[in-house]
Amino acid sequence: MAKKLMKGCEAIGEAAVQAGCRLFFGYPITPQNEIPEYLSARLPQVGGTYVQAESEVAASNMLYGAAGAGCRCFTSSSGPGISLMQEGISYIAGAELPVVFVNIMRGGPGLGGILPSQSDYLQAVKGGGHGDYRCLVLAPSTVQEAADLVQEAFDLADKYRNPVMVLGDGIMGQMMEPVEFKRTVRPEDLPPKPWATTGAKGRKPNIVNSLHLQPESLEAHNWKLAAKYEAMAKADCRHEAWRLDGEVDVLFVAYGTVARICKTAIDTLAERGVKAGLFRPISLFPYPGEALAKVAERSTQILVSELSCGQMLEDVRYHIMGKRPVAFYGRVGGMIMTPDELVAEALKLVGRRGE
Amino acid sequence: MYTEIVLAGFGGQGVLLIGKLLAYAGMKAGREVTWMPAYGPEMRGGTCNCTVVLSDRPIGSPISKAPHGLIALNLPSLDKFEDAVRPGGTIVVNTSLINRLPRRTDVTAVAVPANEVAIECGSPKAANMVALGAYVGASGVVELDHVKAIVAESFAAKPKLVEINHAALLRGVALGQEQAATSAAR
Repeated sequence: MAKKLMKGCEAIGEAAVQAGCRLFFGYPITPQNEIPEYLSARLPQVGGTYVQAESEVAASNMLYGAAGAGCRCFTSSSGPGISLMQEGISYIAGAELPVVFVNIMRGGPGLGGILPSQSDYLQAVKGGGHGDYRCLVLAPSTVQEAADLVQEAFDLADKYRNPVMVLGDGIMGQMMEPVEFKRTVRPEDLPPKPWATTGAKGRKPNIVNSLHLQPESLEAHNWKLAAKYEAMAKADCRHEAWRLDGEVDVLFVAYGTVARICKTAIDTLAERGVKAGLFRPISLFPYPGEALAKVAERSTQILVSELSCGQMLEDVRYHIMGKRPVAFYGRVGGMIMTPDELVAEALKLVGRRGE
Repeated sequence: MYTEIVLAGFGGQGVLLIGKLLAYAGMKAGREVTWMPAYGPEMRGGTCNCTVVLSDRPIGSPISKAPHGLIALNLPSLDKFEDAVRPGGTIVVNTSLINRLPRRTDVTAVAVPANEVAIECGSPKAANMVALGAYVGASGVVELDHVKAIVAESFAAKPKLVEINHAALLRGVALGQEQAATSAAR
């Protein structure tokens, strides 16, 4: 298929279709409305169903039902809507159901604003809903990568029977870039889900549930989930190392859109004789902390940048374990840092003020 | 080669469309491209705008604080973005709706009566094409053939519109080239 210029939101919608997903349940919110808009027209063309639910709470429970019946399904929203879905996400994690969630982040807390942000990192990565569970979280930094990761998110959700969250921001959702869809999966070609509630003809009934009233049973269930998260950490940690051959003066750590801005800053720094590189986590849970720690050993200064007041910063500091100074530069509220702001921060760190 | 262009006007003037055409033309030329609309709290009657980046290397930020080029189809757009344009950049002004020229003297200013030219070409709706042509002609940011090709593809279902839009585009290119040459001679 030839490359097409698509908005991030449209590419995410089409990626879901190409992944064999035929069901979308959601509720509108800026800046991701183009995802449901796209799918409301696209899904009927492929025999799928688009449902605008009465609320995000309802949408996440519809996903529970559809996933329990063995169907690939997904939703998209932005911070305030994702907060409302947390009850469903917790139940989906508890019942071990594969569902893909997309959060096109906007500034918060509360209603906040509609402009780009990365302020839902902690919500996505550290839980969000109640109980001892994790979502597998992926963070694309180009429209092409958003399309690729959404397709893959469905496979990972099935592989682990776990919710997968794709975390983008308003820029990712609204920006157009060339994109191509590298593979097409038909729903009928997907591996069977023998655990799904598909009608118990000729077999014992399957039960999809998150209730375990016996403490022994619930404890065993929790440890089973924990083992699953361990398995994710072993098999599905991902990152991009950019300009990180040998030693660097400044190691940028950033994900998503901010990582792109860091790359421009790193090019400018190179022209000024400062060697800088980028470590970009692609999976935010599991976090590629071991790889980061290794790279940090070859770095003099570490600069974390986010569209938040410092959320992923906590994970970076956790993995660096005090072995290097970790500085932070963030913009919030929908304000975006320029490459020049990052260059200035990096120059300060290497002791070249006022350049 | 790295170029950031802001395209701005009233909603309905087709600035998002010419931004997309410019991005597609860049793709045809084998460049990296991004197109980013402003989707913030815009005021009715104010400006609607998008930013296009064309580059030989992967593009960092798709948002521009200091663009190389500005296409302003109405006065609020010129007022808002004129000062941000980089020295040496190009500003296209639609004089059909804007009663002043850019105040900047360190840029190439191209003044085109886009609405009148578009009417002469067969449709007032093609004013955006005149402005796009003027920018391409003055800046040479992307080869004209690529722009013509993408216009033909975009309106393939309506051959009459291809004809009108091509005419408008070429009139704009001629105006842009002419004024850029005069500006360079000064």
